Amino acid sequence: MTASPLFDAAMIETILLTLKLAGITTVVLLLVGTPLAWWLAQGGGLWKEVVATVVALPIVLPPTVLGFYLLIAMGPHSPLTGLLGRQLSFTFTGLVLGSVVYSLPFVVNPIRNAFEAMGPRPLEAAATLRAAPLDAFFSVALPLASPGIMTGAILGFAHTVGEFGVVLMIGGGIPGRTKVLSVTIFDYVETLQWPKAHVLAGGMLAMSFIVILAMMLIERRLNGGRK
Amino acid sequence: MTFRPTALRSGIAALLATLALSAPARAAETVVAVAANFTDAATEIGAAFEKATGDRVTYSFGSTGQLYTQITQDAPFEVFLAADQARPEKAEAEGHAVDGSRFTYAVGKLVLYSSEAGALDDGSDALARPGIAHIAIANPVTAPYGAAAVEAMKALGLYETLEPKIVQGKSISQTHQFVATGNAELGFVALSQVIAEEGGSRWIVPQEIYTPIRQDAVLLTRGADSETARAYLDFLKSPEALAIIGKYGYGTED
Repeated sequence: MTASPLFDAAMIETILLTLKLAGITTVVLLLVGTPLAWWLAQGGGLWKEVVATVVALPIVLPPTVLGFYLLIAMGPHSPLTGLLGRQLSFTFTGLVLGSVVYSLPFVVNPIRNAFEAMGPRPLEAAATLRAAPLDAFFSVALPLASPGIMTGAILGFAHTVGEFGVVLMIGGGIPGRTKVLSVTIFDYVETLQWPKAHVLAGGMLAMSFIVILAMMLIERRLNGGRK
Repeated sequence: MTFRPTALRSGIAALLATLALSAPARAAETVVAVAANFTDAATEIGAAFEKATGDRVTYSFGSTGQLYTQITQDAPFEVFLAADQARPEKAEAEGHAVDGSRFTYAVGKLVLYSSEAGALDDGSDALARPGIAHIAIANPVTAPYGAAAVEAMKALGLYETLEPKIVQGKSISQTHQFVATGNAELGFVALSQVIAEEGGSRWIVPQEIYTPIRQDAVLLTRGADSETARAYLDFLKSPEALAIIGKYGYGTED
């Protein structure tokens, strides 16, 4: 095997693609997850708990289970493909959809917790000042829940960067379109290109450390603010 | 607590006796790392081997690259049935395998496959048919069948036009799965994978347009002293095993 530079174009392409996937997924997750978390935080009957359970499932489910069902759901004979008029497997859009499902609980749960910790009083106060519900949501609830939203965004992003099973099963490993970091690391290990594997795996390790540290710091600041 | 040397000594003696007794029992089993494309044939050969010798064989299936990585990390495999010649050769050169134990146990055949009946009646013309959005191949860097698929498409003069439609499975098994689920309309897989399948359609790629996929077996250093491992490799060359290998759609040497 010829000696190749530690960083090559293919590796940079993979990193950029992964960051793009995680970035878009995080934006979608915040747009979908925040209202969902708000709705779940409002208390309610049994079926709200059923929805909460469905949202939480990816925490427990092996990614291969999700990947398997997504592969079928994105196949040519599935209702989803009929509805959209195009096949999502092997596409970047398909990866975004899979990642949203996979990372949903990591975004919804912290935001829901933040909304619940806030309690009803701030919104009651806003109502006495004649703020409309929507106005109160945007100018009172969202700012108060921002540490939870921040935690959710960080976790959703990091979790999507690191996912392997789902992207492996629905992606098809197309360079520049669906071949992401985790799959590339697997390839490097399989072909014994360990220095390159170390660059990416070490990078992931460092990133995960920074993510968890950042979250602890956010949490500490949050608790400090309450005292 | 008091320290009692006699109790300790008798304990050690008992332990050694157990180990001595268990050693022959352990030698009657061999652990074989097998490339995924050979799964079905290996399973049947294993059953025949156990019946013929009374010894046991345990398989670990995976892609050749993945298994090789595990072998370099001292995985407890005694025999390696690869999907190519390169990895067993490398194992020999790097001291993970016994010199001179390497031989070709099967020659893989490449087949173009569709889960739709009749889709491949026109042979390779199907590749150029409009409406084909995805052609699945195994990763050509890690899987020999993937490399052969690229070679065949180049020989047909279709690679340039087909390249944007190519999706890659991690292994030949995943490639088969992409086609079987219909996510890819066509795929290049191993004949052995689809030979027993009733539905679908296939076109056996002419052997002249790609380098024959010679799959080599090698005795690993860990199995150098195992009679069972050597017996297994001998069995692999027996008429009984060759018949099974042929039945699953592989060619055999000579």
